[in-house]
Formats: sequence, structure tokens, C-alpha cells
Amino acid sequence: MTRVLELDGITKRFGAVTANEDVSLHLDRGEIVALLGENGAGKTTLMSILFGHYTADEGTVKVEGAELPPGKSRAAIKAGVGMVHQHFALAPNLTVLDNVMTGTESLWKLRSDRRAGRKRLVELSERFGLKVDPDARVSELSVGECQRVEILKALYNDARILILDEPTAVLTAQEAEGLFATLKDMAAKGLSLIFISHKLGEVMSASDRVVVLRRGKVVAERRTSETSKEELAELMVGRAVKRPERPPATPGAVLLEAVDLSLGGRGGASLKSVNFRLHANETLGVIGVSGNGQTTLAGVVSGLHAPDGGALLVEGHEVDRFDVPHAIASGIGRIPEDRNAEGSIGDMATWENAVLERIWAPEFSRGGVVKRAAARAETQGIIDTYDVRGATVDGRIRLLSGGNMQKLILGRVLNAGPKILVAAQPSRGLDEGAIAGVHERLLEARGRGAGVLLISEDLDEVMALSDRICAIVNGRLSPAIPAEKANSQLLGLMMAGDWSAAEQIEAGTARGTADAL
Amino acid sequence: MRFERRDHPSRGLTLLAPLGAILAALLGAGVLIAIAGANPLEAYGLILKGALGSRLGFSEMLTRATPLILTGLAAAVAFRARLWNIGGEGQFYMGALAVAAFGMIPAIAGLPAPLAILLCLIAGAVAGMVLLLLPLGLRLKFGVDEVVTTLLLNFVAVLFVSLMIEGAMKDPLAFGWPQSVPVPDSAVLPKLMERTRLHAGLVIAVVMAVAVWWIQSRTVFGMRARAAGLNPRAASFAGVPLGRTLIVVACLSGGMAGLAGAIEVMGVKGYVSTDLSPSYGYSGIIIAMLANLNPLGVIAAALFSAVMFVGADSMSRALGIPSYIADVTVALSLLTMLVAIFLTQYRIRK
Repeated sequence: MTRVLELDGITKRFGAVTANEDVSLHLDRGEIVALLGENGAGKTTLMSILFGHYTADEGTVKVEGAELPPGKSRAAIKAGVGMVHQHFALAPNLTVLDNVMTGTESLWKLRSDRRAGRKRLVELSERFGLKVDPDARVSELSVGECQRVEILKALYNDARILILDEPTAVLTAQEAEGLFATLKDMAAKGLSLIFISHKLGEVMSASDRVVVLRRGKVVAERRTSETSKEELAELMVGRAVKRPERPPATPGAVLLEAVDLSLGGRGGASLKSVNFRLHANETLGVIGVSGNGQTTLAGVVSGLHAPDGGALLVEGHEVDRFDVPHAIASGIGRIPEDRNAEGSIGDMATWENAVLERIWAPEFSRGGVVKRAAARAETQGIIDTYDVRGATVDGRIRLLSGGNMQKLILGRVLNAGPKILVAAQPSRGLDEGAIAGVHERLLEARGRGAGVLLISEDLDEVMALSDRICAIVNGRLSPAIPAEKANSQLLGLMMAGDWSAAEQIEAGTARGTADAL
Repeated sequence: MRFERRDHPSRGLTLLAPLGAILAALLGAGVLIAIAGANPLEAYGLILKGALGSRLGFSEMLTRATPLILTGLAAAVAFRARLWNIGGEGQFYMGALAVAAFGMIPAIAGLPAPLAILLCLIAGAVAGMVLLLLPLGLRLKFGVDEVVTTLLLNFVAVLFVSLMIEGAMKDPLAFGWPQSVPVPDSAVLPKLMERTRLHAGLVIAVVMAVAVWWIQSRTVFGMRARAAGLNPRAASFAGVPLGRTLIVVACLSGGMAGLAGAIEVMGVKGYVSTDLSPSYGYSGIIIAMLANLNPLGVIAAALFSAVMFVGADSMSRALGIPSYIADVTVALSLLTMLVAIFLTQYRIRK
């Protein structure tokens, strides 16, 4: 095998923080290497050095034997390194072809040779099975398609080494599977790939070799065939991490009930006659491919928008005002889908973020004046109780890591003692240790009698936490099946809209309950 | 060279930024003064002396600072909530015109002074509010960019003032000059210093600055307004009523600018004319930026630019340098302040 890439003794410091320490890594032709590590382990920094976004303090990068000059992206591209960023760098108002060709031609050329460009793009897309319409506007593409454009852009620049930064972070499970099939095919055709990830499942299924990074250092390197999920998890986190188990519980009274809940809206944003019941001491899992109405469902329950039709009942009383203070006052705790865009205001202090949604409550204000001492004491309490690392009461919240941000959000919600908890994608983008913490809190809430409405795309999470599971497809909610009867195949069918098996199970369970009574 | 975002913009740095910016602006303007053939240090010495060195100069400087504090507050309060009110100038004129119109009501002239003053101040503030609520309504209803609408309304407002003072409100005793009927004596603000133009408006302006600071930092409304400005989506998730919050912000902002106009008429001029404001409304934007949108900082920033403007007049008489150097310095200080704000948030790395 020929060695195409060699990183030797890379060290990079940011002020007092050492992001990478003496990291060495190599890549052979036709190989897929997974760079595994938790958030903040230094994966992205390392790849940014390789790609010339950062200059390493020490160490060298060699591509096909030749050393790359530090800090020059252009040199990296020329040497055949392509990078697919986690956040796409595409111009939404341009077509796929324009995006791919941007930067490939000299600015002094008077005309851009679009015909040759198109020919090359079509050729590449056929060769690697990356189907995409060259004339479509990027703004009209799905996330998965955008990613294909990013990959094609790199290939168009003659990339022989491709780096993908958390490529599945924004993809659905099906899209991710498709992506990895493509990557394997690309490797078979002689490309060499590195993908960055913190998800064990995809690392195990898609890579030939795994390099584990922890706190900026390479802690292990394994052939994928010779390791296991468990070993990798332990290497990555540094200690054995176990997600908590769901203890058995007897559901209590109905806390939340939706009756023919409907909300118009375009495409996936709508709800169509949704019915469900959520009991005390129970977690109801709602799975589904994103964009099928789960955001709207969470929004209605959270008091963000009012439904057009049907009713929502909280403890038997029909909700007549859909606004946030009303929802919170009636005992609904809300964990938003997007921590940064919805759950926090980065440039405000931690204490302001902690109390903003309850600032109207007499604990935190009187006569329109904020009770600063009380608000700050509450925040300190949350920081201590929920172990929010790196947070100070007066510091800006922007600097918290995803896991700690989520701890703060959980803290502010659970401290209010909600009877109903709406958790939308509660562990999205978190690392293994943080996920276990979030799950523990959700189980705790259920344990003390709350009803948890868990909306998630992560099958493992839903199966581990829920008592009953339903799928949301195109704004409609499937029948709920008990978690004991769930398996990934059945849930896959339900997410695809085939509910016949689920209906049978539900009917069976209903009969069983009737018999028992 | 590249920029990296600072994790913790330090408090010291944030306080030093405006000072550094002003110093840089003075250096830049100093080059221009040197080109014009004078010694920059001497020129700045004369500016300081002109503005602070005599009783008259000092009182003139404070008189000048009074409307600037209020228009500065108008911009600061709006920008904090990401409401881009560029219409301070128009709101200033509407406030001024409202006072003059109010003064024409015979009943007002007969009222005791404190009551007449209060009513006139309210009238001015309300007029400023109305002129800002209009474009805000357009933004909330139709998504019209308020930068454009508030800016263009300035010209509408000034032309409207011109129309009124050449017509319905024209002073018949002004020998044909286009100016409004003067405000009645009961609505004239008392003087703070004998034989100067300094009036009680300064006290009102300072009280307003403290009040706005308190509202922003201590009240539920202030917290919500900041939240709405920084991240509207997260704010509405947290239950902040975005539209209502912006309406209150607009009332505060437009009210401050209208108040500035009212006070200028009631304290200095006594009547409205189209040269009432040497662009106080626009200067307010610069002052708000120099103050880093801090209401208390607005007082300091307004004093700085008042020193420049008043001092430059006497400096120009002594050295023969055009007094426009004050405009240049203040405008430069806006540019340097923008750079300074950037540098407090980012660090330069090679």
C-alpha cells in the first residue's frame, strides 16, 4: 500500500489550551480512516491544520511524500486534499454547477468554460454515484444533496484525499447509510478518506481503521475489524460509560392529550389530526425523519403556536391560550430542538439565560423589576446541581460546550418541577458522556411522576427511554406500540409510513388491557 | 494575519475601546490640521480652551451636549434591540414642531409654567414616537426594512416642518423669515446659569440617561428587549412577545429624539426653524456607537462631541482652520470606534 498522507508530531496551542499534542497519523491509498473523539478532543483542529486553515506550532504534514507549506489551503487543494465541512460552504443562490466551478478558474479568464465544467461534473457524479442535478439551485436541495455537492466540489478539484468533518451530523439515518456506501465505493476506486465522527455505530460500520483522539492526543489506533463499540467508547471517553437503563414504571393518570390536533402549513411543517395520550410516569417516544411535523408538534405543546383544529388537553383541561408563559405556568417544561438558535442567547449572561423564560414569575421579578439576587442564586443552584462545567453566573453562555449548555437548559426546565416534559432531540450533537447524563435526567423526571414527550430521530435513544413509541410521518402520528415490542425493523417500517404491523400490535395491546381489567 | 474571536472580552478592554478610538481619531484629524498649516497640539489646546476654558464656552458646550445626549439615547436604546432607527433627525424635528403647535393653543399659554412645560415635553416625545411607530408598523406587518424608511422619513419630516413654518404656523412678526410662532413664556425652560444659554434641559437629559440605563439593566422589559435584539428566535421561544417589545422600544427611542427637539425649542431657540438642528439626529447615532450603546456612556460621548464642536469654533477663529475639523474628528471617531469594538471582540493572530 502506498502512503498518501502523513501527519507527524502535530502540536497546536490556543493560548493556554493545547488543542493537539504531538499527533501523528497516516493514511494509505484506498483506505477509510475514522478519526474518533468527543467534542473538543481536537479532531477538527487537526483536520484544519492538515487543510491549511491553521498553522501548527510544531510538526509537519506530508502529502504523497512532499511536505505541505503550513497555513496555505490552496497548496493543500493543489496537492489533492479535499475537505467537506460540517457546515456547508455553498452559495444557496447559485446552481450546483456554479458552486462546484467557483474558484477553479482564473479570474483573468474572460469567459468561464461552463460546457467543459458541466461535462466534468456529470462524469464525476456518474463515476462515484453522486446523483445531483447540475442546474438545480443549492437553496432547493436537501441537506443530503448539499453534502453530495460538497463532495463533488472536492472531487472536481482533483482531490485524492477527502476529509469529511462529522458528515452525518445533519443527515437522517437513511441518508447516512447512503453516504457511507458512496464513501466505500470511492475508496474502492482508489481515493483515500478520513472522516471525523463521535458516533460509534458509523465508525464501526464504515471505516477500515480507527484513530481515537482524546484531549488532543492520539490515545489508540485500531483496525476496525479487531475492535468493538465498547472498547472504542471507553477509549474515547477515558472511562467506561454506560447509558442508564429504563426502570419499569406504572403509568399514572393522563397528563397530556391531543385530540385531532391539526395545524396547516406547507409540506412537512403541518400536523394532520394528531391523537395521543401521555400519562404520568411515562415516556412517549415520537420518532420520525426530520421535517415530518415533529418540530410543529413540539411547538404547539410548547406554546409557540396555536393549532388550527382539534384540542390539546393538559390534565383534562383544554388549552385555550397558546403562549409560552401559559404553557410553562400549566406545568410544561420545554427542551428545544436547537440549543443554540432557540435554547440560548449566546451574548447574554448565564443567569439571564437561566431565568428568561420564567422572568414573569413572582420568584424572579416584581412590578416589572428583575429580582437579580434571586435570579442569580437560582442560576448558581442550577450550575451546582446539574454540574454545568465552565459556566459562571455572569459569564456569557456562548462559551459553553454543547453538553454543558444542555445541562443548563435541563436544569432551568427541571428546577421548575414540570409535570410534562417536551424533549425535542435532547441529545443531538452531544458526545457519549453527555448523552448518558441527559438520559439520566429524563428518566429521573419520569421517575418522579412527570410525563415525557420525547421527540427524537435517534432510534437507540427512543428505544432506550420510551415506554411507548409512535412515528410521525407527514404530519400524521402512527399508533403507539409498547417499547417491548419495538425493534429497529418495525420502527423503520413505521417511519416509512407502513403502520399495519403497529396497528395490529396496538389493537392486541388494547385487547390485553381490556382483558386484564 | 487572521482574526480569532476572544472568549472573554475583558471589561478593561471594553472601557478602553472608546478612549483608544478617540485618540486614534484625534491623531487622524491632527494630520489634517498639520496639512492645513497649523500645529495640531496647539489646535487641540485651543479647542479644549474654547470649550472648557471660560464660563461662556463651558455653558455653550453643555447646551450643545443636551440634545446630543437625548438623540444618542434614542439611537442606543433602539440599536440594543436591533431596531435600526436612523430617523432621529426627523423625530427631533417632529418633537420640535409639536411643541410649537402646542404653544399656539391659547389655553397652554395661560397654564402655570411647570404644567405647561410638562405638557409640551410630552407632546414633543409623543410626536417623535409616532414618527418611529409608523416605520415599525411597516416592518412588523410587511417586513419593510426600517433603515430605509426611517432614513427617508427624515426628509419628509424636515419638509413637513418647512411647509408648516412657511404656512399655518408662520410667525407673522418674524419679518418674513420662515420660522414658527414662538412658544409661550410659560413653556420656556428655566436657565441653569445666569447670562448664558444653558437651561434645565440638561438635567432632563441626564435624568433620562440614568432612567434608560436603569430600565435596560434592571427591568423585565429591558432584559426582553436585549434578548429580542440578540436572538429573536430564542427570545420568542422563551416567551418574549417580539412585536410588543419592539413597539415599546420604538416608543422609548422615538420619544427620546422627540424630546430632544422639544427641549431645544423650549430651552434655546424659542421657535422652530429648519436650521434648528445641525444634524443632532445623525450625530446621535455616532454618539450611541461611541458609547458602545451604554446609556451612561452616551453622556460622556455627547460631552466629547460637544467639546469638539464648540471648541472648534473658537479654534478656527484663532488659527484660521475651518471648524469643519470638528465634524471630521467626530466622524473619524465613529470609524475608529467601529474598529475598536471589533478589536475588543477579536484578537489578531499572525
